Amino acid sequence: MKTTALNAGPASSAAEPKQDSRQGSIRKTSRINRFMVSPSVLVLALWMVIPLSMTIYFSVIRYNLLYPGDNEFVGLENFQFFVTDFGFMAGMSNTLLLVGSVLLITVVLGVLISLLVNQAFWGRGIVRILLISPFFIMPTVNALIWKNLLLHPVSGVFAAIWKFFGATPIDWFSEFPLFSIIMIVSWQWLPFAILLLMTALQSLDQEQQEAARLDGAGPWALFFHLTLPHLARPIAVVVMIETIFLLSIFAEIFTTTGGGPGYETTNLAYLIYSQALLQFDVGLASAGGLIAVVLANIAAFFLVRLIGKSLTEKQ
Amino acid sequence: MANLTIKNLKKSFGETEILKGINLEIKDNEFVVFVGPSGCGKSTLLRSIAGLEEVTGGHILLDTKEITDLAPAKRDLAMVFQSYALYPHMSVRKNMSFALELAKEKKEVIHNKVAEAARILELDPLLERKPKELSGGQRQRVAIGRAIVRQPKVFLFDEPLSNLDAALRVQMRLELARLHHDLNATMIYVTHDQVEAMTLADKVVVLNQGRIEQVGTPLDLYRNPANRFVAGFLGMPKMSFLPGKVTALDASSVTVELTSGTTVTLPAASEHLSQGSAVTVGVRPENIDVVEPSESSLTGHMDIAESLGSDTYCYVKTDGQETLTVRMPGNFACNYGDRIGLRLHVDECHLFDELGNAVQKPSRLAA
Amino acid sequence: MLSLKQRRSLNTLLMGVLAWGVALAIFFPIFWMLLTSFKTEIDAFATPPQLFFSPTLENYTLVNERSDYLHFAWNSVVVSFGSTIIGMMLAVPAAYSMAFFETKRTKGTLLWMLSTKMLPPVGVLVPIYLIFKDTGLLDTKTGLVIIYTLINLPIMIWMAYTYFKEIPKEVLEAARMDGSTLFQEIWRVLLPMSKGGLAATVLLSLILSWNEAFWSLNLTASEAAPLTALIASYSSPEGLFWAKLSAVSTLACAPILIFGWISQKQLVRGLSFGAVK
Repeated sequence: MKTTALNAGPASSAAEPKQDSRQGSIRKTSRINRFMVSPSVLVLALWMVIPLSMTIYFSVIRYNLLYPGDNEFVGLENFQFFVTDFGFMAGMSNTLLLVGSVLLITVVLGVLISLLVNQAFWGRGIVRILLISPFFIMPTVNALIWKNLLLHPVSGVFAAIWKFFGATPIDWFSEFPLFSIIMIVSWQWLPFAILLLMTALQSLDQEQQEAARLDGAGPWALFFHLTLPHLARPIAVVVMIETIFLLSIFAEIFTTTGGGPGYETTNLAYLIYSQALLQFDVGLASAGGLIAVVLANIAAFFLVRLIGKSLTEKQ
Repeated sequence: MANLTIKNLKKSFGETEILKGINLEIKDNEFVVFVGPSGCGKSTLLRSIAGLEEVTGGHILLDTKEITDLAPAKRDLAMVFQSYALYPHMSVRKNMSFALELAKEKKEVIHNKVAEAARILELDPLLERKPKELSGGQRQRVAIGRAIVRQPKVFLFDEPLSNLDAALRVQMRLELARLHHDLNATMIYVTHDQVEAMTLADKVVVLNQGRIEQVGTPLDLYRNPANRFVAGFLGMPKMSFLPGKVTALDASSVTVELTSGTTVTLPAASEHLSQGSAVTVGVRPENIDVVEPSESSLTGHMDIAESLGSDTYCYVKTDGQETLTVRMPGNFACNYGDRIGLRLHVDECHLFDELGNAVQKPSRLAA
Repeated sequence: MLSLKQRRSLNTLLMGVLAWGVALAIFFPIFWMLLTSFKTEIDAFATPPQLFFSPTLENYTLVNERSDYLHFAWNSVVVSFGSTIIGMMLAVPAAYSMAFFETKRTKGTLLWMLSTKMLPPVGVLVPIYLIFKDTGLLDTKTGLVIIYTLINLPIMIWMAYTYFKEIPKEVLEAARMDGSTLFQEIWRVLLPMSKGGLAATVLLSLILSWNEAFWSLNLTASEAAPLTALIASYSSPEGLFWAKLSAVSTLACAPILIFGWISQKQLVRGLSFGAVK
C-alpha cells in the first residue's frame, strides 16, 4: 500500500508533523467494517453454531434427561426411532397439511382481498387497518379467542350462527381438530399476505394498465396478463416466508389441543417439543430437530435466492 | 498561502487503476479546472484531494504539509458537492454553521461568519428555511456558503452546475467567476463541460483514463493542444480530423496527401516525420471556409447546415468520405447536397503524428 | 342503461360494500373479544352469545388482582424493550457499515444473517434449554432478552440497511468534510435523516418480541413469563373465565395493535425481508 516515508521536497526540510491519531487520519475502510459489523456477525455465528452443533451431537447419542449419564454413541438410531415412531408420520403429514392449507387459503384470499381493496372507496384506510389487525394479535390470544369465544360448541359465535340456520353446531376441536388449527392460523396469516400484496399492487404500472385498456383489454384480461404476472414475485415471497414460519407453528397447538386428540394436531414442531420437554428424550428430539432444520433449509434456500436477487436489483 | 502539490498520485479500486500517477502543481489563488470525459478520474482525483478516498500511492502536499493521510476535516479544504449534499433536517443557517459548531467555535464568531457568507451569496432571507423549501440554484448557493464559512485554503467543486437548468447554469457560472475574484481563494473545479473549463479556468487540467493529457491556460490548450485527445475535447463544435500521409517535407513545412487525394501543405517542424508517415490533420470549424467547388482542390457536398442566427455550422462530406464541420456567418445559406469547395487556413491547422501527438509549428516556437 | 360514469360509481359502491363486509368479518373476532371483555362471566358464557348486555368494567379493574397482570405485563415490557435496545445498538453500526462501506462480502453477510432467522426454533430447543438450565438463565428475563435479541437482530440489521441505503452518501461525506467524527456523523446527520425508518425498525422489533410465542412458553415459568405465557395458562383453567380472558387479551394486544396500525407501510419491508417495498 502506501509508503509512509516522505520524499522531502526542496522546501520541506523541517520534520513533518506526526500523523494524527485515529481521529485525525482517514478512516481505514476495512477497519471500520470489521469493527462495526463483527459484533453482530460474531453473536449470530455463535447463536448458529453452538446450539446446532449441540443438536447434532445429541442426535447421535443416547440422552434422556431422566437417565443422565447414559450417553453412549448410537449413530443413526435416534433418527431411525424418530422416523418410525408412531407420531412421526402423523407429524409429517399434519405439518404438510397445515402448511399447505394455510398457504392456499392465505394466498388465494390474499390476492382477492388485496385486489378488492386496491381501488379507492369511502373509508379505505379504516378497512385496511381492520384487515391487517389479526397479524398483530398474540398467537396464544388468537388460539384461545377462537377456541372459546368462537368455536365453542355451546356458547361460541359459530354455534349461534349454526343454530340460527337450524343446523346442529359443530364441536370443532373434537370433530375437525386439524381444520380448527388451520382456521386459526390462516386467520392470523391472511393479513400478512394482504399487507404484502397490497403494497405490491401499489407499484403496479398505471400507464401500462391504461395502455392495455385502450387496446381493448377487459378486466379479466387485465388481471391475467398484467396484474397476476406483476404479483408473481410478491406471491412467491409470501409463500416462502409463510412456509418457513408455518413449519414451526407451535403456540396455537400448545394452547388449544396439546397435539391431540392422539396425534391429530401434532405437527413436527410439537412432536419434537413433546419428546424433549414432555418425554425428556433429548437424543430423539435432537434427531427430529435436525430433520426440521433440513426441511426449513430447503425453503430458506429458495427464499434467500429470491431476496438476494432483489438486493442487487435497482428499484 | 495555498499551494497544492500532487506527486505521483495513484488510486486503485481493487484491481482497477483509476489514477495512474498524477503530478500537478496548483498555485495560490488559481482557479484550476479538471476536465475530461466520464470515467477519466477527475472526480476521483478531487475526492482524493478532499480526503474522501484513500490513495493507493503518491503524495498530496498543501503548503508543503503532507496531507495524504489526513482526515478530510483536518486538511483545511471545503467541498461543494454535485448534489449539494445539504443536511435536510437542518435550516440553512444550521447547514452553514454545522462545521463551525463541530470545531467548537464561539457563538458570536459563528454568527458573524454565517452572516458574512449569507451576505456574499444573498442568502439572508433564506436563513431559517429548510433545504426542501429552496430551489436548485438557492440550494447550490447554500452549499457554497457552507464552504465559504470555513474559510478553507482551497475550495473544491464537484460538477456543481450539472444539476441546474441551462439558463441558471450560465448565471451561476458568472457568479462563480465573481466569487473567485471576491474571495481571492484557490479553487479546484471538476466538470465534464468544456465550456465551463474554458470560461472559468486560470489553468485547465485535461484528464483521460487516469492520466493528465495536458495542463495549461484555456487559450493555450485551445491553440496548442498537445495531442489529438485534447484537440478534440476542447472547442465546440469539435475539431475535424482528416487522416493522411506525408508526401513531402522540408525544414519548416509538411505536405500531406488526404484520403481524397488532395494535398495540403502545413507549416510544421518535421524532425520526427518521414516520407509516407501516417498523420492526421486537425482543423477547427472557424478555420475552414466554404467556397465554390472550382476555387479549391478539396471538394465535397453539403450535408446538414445548422443555423444558429449568429453562426451557421455546416456539416460537410468531402469526396474522400471525410466529415468536416465548418463555421460560416449566420446569413450563409446552402442546400442539402450542394457541391462545395473547402479552403483550409493552413496556418491555423494542427498536425498529429500516428501516435496522436501534436507536431510542433515553427512559428509557435518563435512566439 | 346506466352511463359509463354511473356504472363506474355503482361498481365502486359495490366494491366498497364488499370490502367493508370482508374487513368487518375478518376483524370480527377481535371485536368480539373486546366486547366480551366488558361482560360479566355469566353474560360471556351465555347461550346464545349476547350482542347487547349491560357492560361492566370489573374485568379490567380487577385484572391485576385476579391474574397478577402487571407482573406479566412488566416482563413483556422489559423483554421487548430490552432486546430491542440491545438489538439496535448492534444493528445500527452494522447496517451503517454495510450500507456505506459496501465490500464484496457485504451481500453474502446480509443474506447469511437473514438465513439465521429461518432456522426453526425446535431445531435448537434442546440445546438452548439445556444451556439455559445449566447457566441459570431459565425463567429469567435476561435469558429471554438474549434470545430475542438474537432472533430479531437479522431483521433489524436488514431494515436499517435498506433505509440507510436510501440516504445519499454525499451528505455524510459533507459532514465528514465539516469535521464530524464517526459518532457525530451517525448521531447528528444519519440518524435524524433516517428516523422514520429506524422508528419502524424499532416498532417491528417490539411487535415481534411482544408476540413471540415459542421461547416465551418454553423457557419461562413464573418469574419471567411474559403475557404470552399468561394467556396460555388460560387454556386449562377452572370455572368461568371468558370475560377475564378477553380483558387480559385486550390489554395485552392493544399496544401492539396500535403499533402495527401506525407503522403498517414501513413494516412491509421488514416482514418481507426487503423483497417487497
